[in-house]
Amino acid sequence: MDEEPGGDDVSFEERLRAARGRQRLDGPPAGKGPSDPFAGSPWAIGLRVGVELVAALAVGVAIGWALDRWLGTRPVFLSLFFLLGGAAGVRNVWRVFSR
Amino acid sequence: MAAPPTIDALGQFRLTTALGPVGRSVNFTNSNVIMVLSAALLLALLAVGMRRRAVVPGRLQSLAELCYEFIAGMCADTIGPEGRRYFPFVFTLFFFILFGNLLGLFPYFFAFTSHIAVTAALAVMVFVLSIIVAISLHGLRFFTYFFPQGAPKALAPVLIPIEILSYLSRPVSLSIRLFANIVAGHVMWEVFAGFMLILTAALGIAGGIAAVLPLAINVVLVGFELLVAFLQAYVFAILTCLYLHDAVHLH
Repeated sequence: MDEEPGGDDVSFEERLRAARGRQRLDGPPAGKGPSDPFAGSPWAIGLRVGVELVAALAVGVAIGWALDRWLGTRPVFLSLFFLLGGAAGVRNVWRVFSR
Repeated sequence: MAAPPTIDALGQFRLTTALGPVGRSVNFTNSNVIMVLSAALLLALLAVGMRRRAVVPGRLQSLAELCYEFIAGMCADTIGPEGRRYFPFVFTLFFFILFGNLLGLFPYFFAFTSHIAVTAALAVMVFVLSIIVAISLHGLRFFTYFFPQGAPKALAPVLIPIEILSYLSRPVSLSIRLFANIVAGHVMWEVFAGFMLILTAALGIAGGIAAVLPLAINVVLVGFELLVAFLQAYVFAILTCLYLHDAVHLH
């Protein structure tokens, strides 16, 4: 076996992965990536996207509100972080679907 | 009947102290009882299940091994080869939440995952752990995580706050997802069960017959809630794995 080229290991791994994929031993099929636990159910996807959007927005608003309260600059940071939080929510959603 | 039945959908989440005067003095609540029970069940499953260590496993040992392999596979697939190091954490987290969700489905039991304080504590634990892992593995290079690779430098003042906010929103979305799912399910149960009582009180026999409909809905909800209990524990665990993956690999 020692004379075998190193590539043999790779092809064995590939065949093993293909076989495991056929038997569905590895969860979702390869290519989807490991991070797609709720593909399929539209409700689950919708809920996930909604929570991600709202969570980022809530964090942004909370930080902006706290900064304003601390510095006494009422709508400045709130409006700034509202926009940033919304953008972060979109970034979260983007991350969910681009993995 | 003294008062007409009403729907008290949130009363089921009220904390009461357990274990009599001892529990009262240390604020040991019904929620804590179920937490201890959940942890004890997990320990018992592993300790009793693996006591025989048979080559051909019996029922309980099969269950214990299945649990082990399920989480070990999840760690290895999601985090990568290094995932084995975080297996104990993810295993404990998953089964603590799973048993908590499942025990919460029994009548007179308490669903401790329906309290945002509990889920937020768990989520913050995951969040802090992933930061500690990232900093211990990568040192200060961890902070490059907040600047997407290949983005133009001029956009940094906008992109970095967005990335930081997106990172900070992780524990929030993690805790809200679990908490909201469990609360929604239990509230729906309570509403339909209360509706049955109201129907019978208001319409007598006819109402009792009509109450079969909300009863049927509740029966369907039991199955739905079982699914949610599993799915939310799974989602919590797999997102923990994803965050650890990001911490181990950065980008």
